[in-house]
Amino acid sequence: MLSRRNITFWSVLWALLATACWTDKRDPNVQYMPNMYAAVPYEPYAVNRYYSNDMAALAPVPGTVPRGYTPYSLPNTNQGYEESRNLESPVAATDQNLRRGKYLFGIHCAICHGDKGDGQGQLSRTGKIPGVPNYKDRDISLGTVYHVIMYGRNIMGSYASQLTDTERWQVAQYVMKLRSQK
Amino acid sequence: MIHQRGICAKRSIRLVSTLFACALLSVQGLHAQGGGDPTAGKKLFNANCASCHKLDRKLIGPPLRNIAQQRSLAWLHKWIRNNAALRDSGDRDALAIFEEYKGQIMTAFPQLSDQQIDDILAYTSQPAAQPKAVTAASAAPTSGTAASNTGISTKAFNLILLAIIALLLVIIILMTRVLKMVYEMKYEDRLRELERQKAAKKRLSFVEFFEKYTPGFVFFGLLLFGVAMYGAWVYLTAIDVNTGYEPIQPIAFSHRIHAGENKINCLYCHSSARHSKTAGIPSVNVCMNCHRYIAEGAETGTREIAKIYKAIGWDPEQQAYIPNYKTRPIKWVKVHNLPDFVYFNHAQHVVMGQIACQTCHGPVETMDTVYQYSKLTMGWCINCHRLTDVQMKDNPYYEKIHEQLAAKYGVKKVTEAMMGGLECGRCHY
Ligand code: HEC
Ligand code: HEC
Ligand code: HEC
Ligand code: HEC
Ligand code: HEC
Ligand code: HEC
Ligand code: HEC
Repeated sequence: MLSRRNITFWSVLWALLATACWTDKRDPNVQYMPNMYAAVPYEPYAVNRYYSNDMAALAPVPGTVPRGYTPYSLPNTNQGYEESRNLESPVAATDQNLRRGKYLFGIHCAICHGDKGDGQGQLSRTGKIPGVPNYKDRDISLGTVYHVIMYGRNIMGSYASQLTDTERWQVAQYVMKLRSQK
Repeated sequence: MIHQRGICAKRSIRLVSTLFACALLSVQGLHAQGGGDPTAGKKLFNANCASCHKLDRKLIGPPLRNIAQQRSLAWLHKWIRNNAALRDSGDRDALAIFEEYKGQIMTAFPQLSDQQIDDILAYTSQPAAQPKAVTAASAAPTSGTAASNTGISTKAFNLILLAIIALLLVIIILMTRVLKMVYEMKYEDRLRELERQKAAKKRLSFVEFFEKYTPGFVFFGLLLFGVAMYGAWVYLTAIDVNTGYEPIQPIAFSHRIHAGENKINCLYCHSSARHSKTAGIPSVNVCMNCHRYIAEGAETGTREIAKIYKAIGWDPEQQAYIPNYKTRPIKWVKVHNLPDFVYFNHAQHVVMGQIACQTCHGPVETMDTVYQYSKLTMGWCINCHRLTDVQMKDNPYYEKIHEQLAAKYGVKKVTEAMMGGLECGRCHY
């Protein structure tokens, strides 16, 4: 029967069940004794309010040179572009490097420049990014391609943060291969 | 031209000032049209010039609307053919505009014929589209979505539901009370009689009662226990399993638009998945590779993309980065979270294991906001390690190990479990 004790029992049970259900997916689920779940050191991309910008990930001091890395000395100017024309690649144009270049080109460049380098990528065909050239119409060399990947050119941005030094040369080699193909 | 004036006239019924601007522009257009064909010009413009020029605002170069009114035709032809030669000839206008744009070099277009240049100029001399009508049309759907977002949240809805249920319960209780009272008043005598009879009957003590109905008791007891245990099990194993977790992100970034409709490769943005443990969230300069040009989305207009500009300090009016700007990192909310005592490495799975992102993250390219698709429990990891073959082709590192393991287990293919993927120390250390 509906004695007072009965009523309390059922309402408490229902209340418990209701809170146990995870209905609002915008917030995370409940945790049970989350010791050692959260990292004590800073995670990548974590907030650190002691640093400027609040980011735990700091950029290296300007001028830092990682081990085994040759800094790129030409500046991002018209003159630098001209000087880059005669740069030699430190990476040999082997089959393996070209295959790697093709793979990376497919990820980072083909979206605008097209798989064949004809300027007919997905974004340029749909008109989202205008003025993507066919490599054959441009007077470019291995060095200038590297320079353009490093700094970008006009509306095209820099890819230095997504490609390592070696990868940049591999991609540049593949671009020159595409350009020489019919 | 007459056709365009017709449009102008129609719109001008609404606004006198627009009529004035319209008329002015179309007169100018008439003046500059020359022999050019604006439709062909538009194509040429988009193919050759649009990467650096817009009609109405600065991009790399100056806005070109009505440039034919500002410069002479001969000058324009020379400039567009070969602007470097024009500058070298000492032309003052050419040098001045070159200075103004800080020595940005415009490509030479010797391949364009006189007719083609006239076409382009005809296109640049067309009057601007009416901004009023455009904003009104594009604002309507945006405000529509905003309204649907601000509907009753699930939490509030749940509360209201609970309140209604509670109210109903109270009503039911009150009703039964009243009914009982009425019943007792009506059959008072009969009830008393019944009670006397009940008291006369011998009451079974609890022990006697239990002995009488033992099998039934045991059966229902076990059943109840089983159900309770199952409920507890389901509840406890669901603690901290976040399948379906879908936090609201600071920018309404949509994977459906980027990875789905525009087919951008996952690794374009998550490029560190190729090298490292973390797949990484792209920094703002990666967004700017495309959004320097794309300032407006089809669904949210400029509202969301403006947040990118605010984060990095890009001034869309001036088309330049604001000097000495204190950048404001975008605070994305992390969706997938493994506890700190587990080591998971993306490069190992994506590069060596050649597993597609979608195996673990689900159909990301259809998601507007990312949600957690897999359970990310230990059982989930282990299960896959038991079932998945290691990719050993073209990998000299594995050549010897493969033969040894294949011989040891007498199988052709080696799963990750055989490689030691179940050892505690591989994931916990
Ligand atoms: C967001 C679209 C986009 C992506 C992605 C892109 N580019 Fe470009 N690229 C452009 C545009 C637009 C131009 C034309 C720039 C100009 O006006 O000179 C261009 C021009 C170039 C040029 C010619 C520059 C010159 O010297 O004239 C080269 C070389 C080039 N890109 C290489 C690459 C490589 C390599 C990648 C991949 C790492 C890449 N691009 C990715 C849009 C893109
Ligand atoms: C590589 C980027 C680029 C491309 C492509 C380009 N321009 Fe330019 N244009 C510029 C820049 C930058 C200036 C400013 C002057 C300078 O710095 O040389 C300019 C200036 C001009 C001017 C002079 C504007 C004035 O106010 O005097 C005209 C006209 C012009 N461009 C027309 C064109 C036409 C037509 C095309 C297409 C066939 C075109 N441009 C393609 C970058 C470009
Ligand atoms: C074997 C399963 C698996 C595959 C395959 C996988 N991921 Fe992950 N991903 C995870 C797990 C588990 C986490 C949580 C990691 C953590 O919290 O430390 C995660 C986290 C992430 C994150 C959040 C940031 C981070 O690194 O912690 C991103 C972004 C991501 N994955 C993108 C990708 C992309 C892009 C691919 C395809 C190239 C991919 N993932 C392939 C399992 C996988
Ligand atoms: C490779 C090119 C590319 C990159 C990189 C890129 N986007 Fe986009 N973005 C697009 C395209 C294309 C659209 C669709 C524009 C349209 O529909 O007109 C878009 C649209 C958008 C929209 C508007 C969606 C709408 O329809 O309203 C937002 C917001 C956005 N992007 C945010 C970002 C953020 C944040 C980043 C960086 C993490 C980023 N994008 C990186 C190409 C890119
Ligand atoms: C245009 C850049 C871009 C592309 C392309 C892209 N992503 Fe992302 N991704 C982001 C950004 C920015 C975030 C952080 C915001 C968010 O969580 O929505 C993110 C978040 C994620 C997350 C959630 C990470 C977390 O917080 O745990 C996963 C998983 C993910 N992406 C997988 C993928 C997969 C799989 C693909 C390919 C189908 C892909 N991404 C393509 C930019 C991109
Ligand atoms: C989709 C299947 C799949 C899932 C899910 C998966 N893995 Fe793996 N894992 C693999 C494969 C395949 C390899 C072997 C890669 C190689 O070739 O080295 C591997 C390798 C590993 C290794 C290296 C083992 C060694 O031999 O040293 C670790 C550590 C690991 N996984 C951890 C995890 C963790 C932690 C999770 C869960 C968060 C997880 N994995 C989920 C398929 C998976
Ligand atoms: C393939 C990787 C992998 C291997 C191998 C593995 N674990 Fe785990 N383990 C995980 C993951 C991932 C979690 C986190 C599950 C979660 O957060 O729900 C976990 C969680 C745990 C927990 C729960 C900790 C807690 O407080 O939630 C224990 C205990 C544990 N593992 C013990 C072991 C033992 C013992 C072994 C060896 C027999 C082992 N694990 C092998 C991936 C692994």
